[in-house]
Amino acid sequence: MPSRSTSLPIRSRLAVGVGRLVAASSKAVHLGSGSVIGGRAALVVNPQLLRDLTAGRDVVIVSATNGKTTTTRLIAAALAGDRAVVSNSMGANMTAGIVAALGGAAANATAVLEVDERWVAGVLRATSAGTVVLLNLSRDQLDRTQEVRKLAEAWRTCLTATPPTTVIANADDPLVVWAAQVAPHVIWVATGQDWRADAAGCPQCAGRISFTGATWRCTDCELARPEPAMSVEDSAIATDAGRVPLSMRLPGRVNIVNAAFALATARSLAVPDDIAVAGLQSVEEVAGRYRVTSLAGRPVRLLLAKNPAGWHEAIELLADPPAPVVVSINARIADGHDPSWLWDVDFERLRSRFVVATGERRHDLAVRLRYADVEHVTADTIDEALRVAMGRPAYIAGRPVDIAANYTAFQEYFERVGGSQ
Amino acid sequence: MSTPRPTESMVRICSLYPDLLGTYGDGGNATVLAQRLRWRDINVDLVSIDAGRSVPDSCDLYLVGGGEDGPQTRATQELQTSGALRRAANNGAVVFAVCAGMQILGERFPDMDGVDRAGLGLLDCVTVRVDRPRAVGELLTHDAAVTAPDGTVRPLGTLTGFENHAGRTIPGASATTFGRVEIGEGNGDGTEGVINGSVVGTYLHGPALARNPALADELLRWIIGDAALTPLDDSDVDALRADRHLAARAHELAPQRSWRDRLRGS
Ligand SMILES: [Zn+2]
Repeated sequence: MPSRSTSLPIRSRLAVGVGRLVAASSKAVHLGSGSVIGGRAALVVNPQLLRDLTAGRDVVIVSATNGKTTTTRLIAAALAGDRAVVSNSMGANMTAGIVAALGGAAANATAVLEVDERWVAGVLRATSAGTVVLLNLSRDQLDRTQEVRKLAEAWRTCLTATPPTTVIANADDPLVVWAAQVAPHVIWVATGQDWRADAAGCPQCAGRISFTGATWRCTDCELARPEPAMSVEDSAIATDAGRVPLSMRLPGRVNIVNAAFALATARSLAVPDDIAVAGLQSVEEVAGRYRVTSLAGRPVRLLLAKNPAGWHEAIELLADPPAPVVVSINARIADGHDPSWLWDVDFERLRSRFVVATGERRHDLAVRLRYADVEHVTADTIDEALRVAMGRPAYIAGRPVDIAANYTAFQEYFERVGGSQ
Repeated sequence: MSTPRPTESMVRICSLYPDLLGTYGDGGNATVLAQRLRWRDINVDLVSIDAGRSVPDSCDLYLVGGGEDGPQTRATQELQTSGALRRAANNGAVVFAVCAGMQILGERFPDMDGVDRAGLGLLDCVTVRVDRPRAVGELLTHDAAVTAPDGTVRPLGTLTGFENHAGRTIPGASATTFGRVEIGEGNGDGTEGVINGSVVGTYLHGPALARNPALADELLRWIIGDAALTPLDDSDVDALRADRHLAARAHELAPQRSWRDRLRGS
């Protein structure tokens, strides 16, 4: 790929060089995450680096509580048949990771950027992105992040201050609607999202949101579901310009939803549908999610589920019962220190299966499973957990065991199977 | 207690406004109470009342969870208008309130704009804003006890949970507490919890009754009496409690962070 560096200001060129050097040396001494630490070093040399690296490009910002890594990957795939694309596709979604991803990109490449939900304002200000994609907002890591309404308010404020040309947003998430409706041009996507526990209070007036069938409105103010331009069906996306059938390799309805946002983004950038759809259908895994691989010599499939809204979707992705499953829960900073969200997950839906609970907070999970009447044991290590799961009579020899893990647990297994950031 | 309230053969539990209050897994308290009754072959009727709906005043036990500032104020307005929770509590119903739920059952609490508001007055306590960081982390008490509605003091062992609150709560002269905090902040004055008669408030999330089955069973005892409280298998909970005791005492908020985590910024 031709380097963009020659067209950059001298300070940015120096910053990119320092970043690469630091990234390379951190990889060389096996510190991992070389790109993020390299990005941090580059930002010390030039704090304006993100602005310089995105000047003159098409920029797409993707944010959400759940699905932003997958949707970023799908958008990049939908655009890739039409143009050069650069993306922080491995989930390094704060400024340092974004800068690291952009450092070596071609000058004309469209930047598709996954952005942590708390960093949208800063990245939007620095990049003046033309397209902003907002999928959902739900509770995640409440002991360290702002309350969800405050996040929505920050989105709303920055969309007013630096309005993008196009916002593509979820018409079925009241928090997202309240945040996005201030933008001059919004393409609303009807996702049919039925996770509503985080949205009951109206973000505008603290009144109550009433859901009736497919629609919703606040009982106390004018906030209501906007008219969607696209809606998600079982294996297609219905749009103003006709129905687009999809045959995705990624499993589950949740990935049709993610694909709808990607299709809307591709259209707003004038990418023909057939090229976009071919790209969407080519994606098999995303940063290790859905990957079938071998861990400790045993066949596994890795699934990420890190909060109640994510679990709501993930349970339908698990292998059919009675296949035993492994669930791994940590509560480090990146996961949130308080795993009480386990009680907001409908683990009763696992009753016909045997669950092996592992991870650093396996005992919290075991208590939750006990009260859900789900047959379970705890295992101290993932190796032991797999051994136990594969020893169950319901395990079918040769089949991958599903491991559903929250963030840092997932990263640990992903790194063990050879994935890295 | 020697004379439990008559309950026919059904315990009625009401979760109040889970759409407004229930941010930190507090819905688990309803799950725990209902299961501990079902496992003892006691019928349970679990009702969930969203904001805007009419609150029954005939339930045996009411649960009020934690939540964010806006919904907290909204829940207070609805409860004041309805009056059902006050009637039920005055008739001896058990009320268990967590965090924001405890604050609004007190005499006064600060709302989302920091304005001092009247609470429901079911607990003799006042919640104030203080010039200190939010209390966030593992909360562990020394050996705790609760004063039952009949005045007897019942031991509960240690109480464990996770706390996350900005306000601090000052218990009044007529209230009792669970006792002294070992790790964490609790009320903010070295004590944890506020109890008046059959109304119990706490800063323990976790959820509290999942981590502290002795407290769950004590609340149930106030309704169904001693004899019905047959022993249950709490081995999973014992393992969790042992784990959380160690973590709290080691101030281990971030267990086993590797250098790799630090570089990832996690
Ligand atoms: Zn409203």
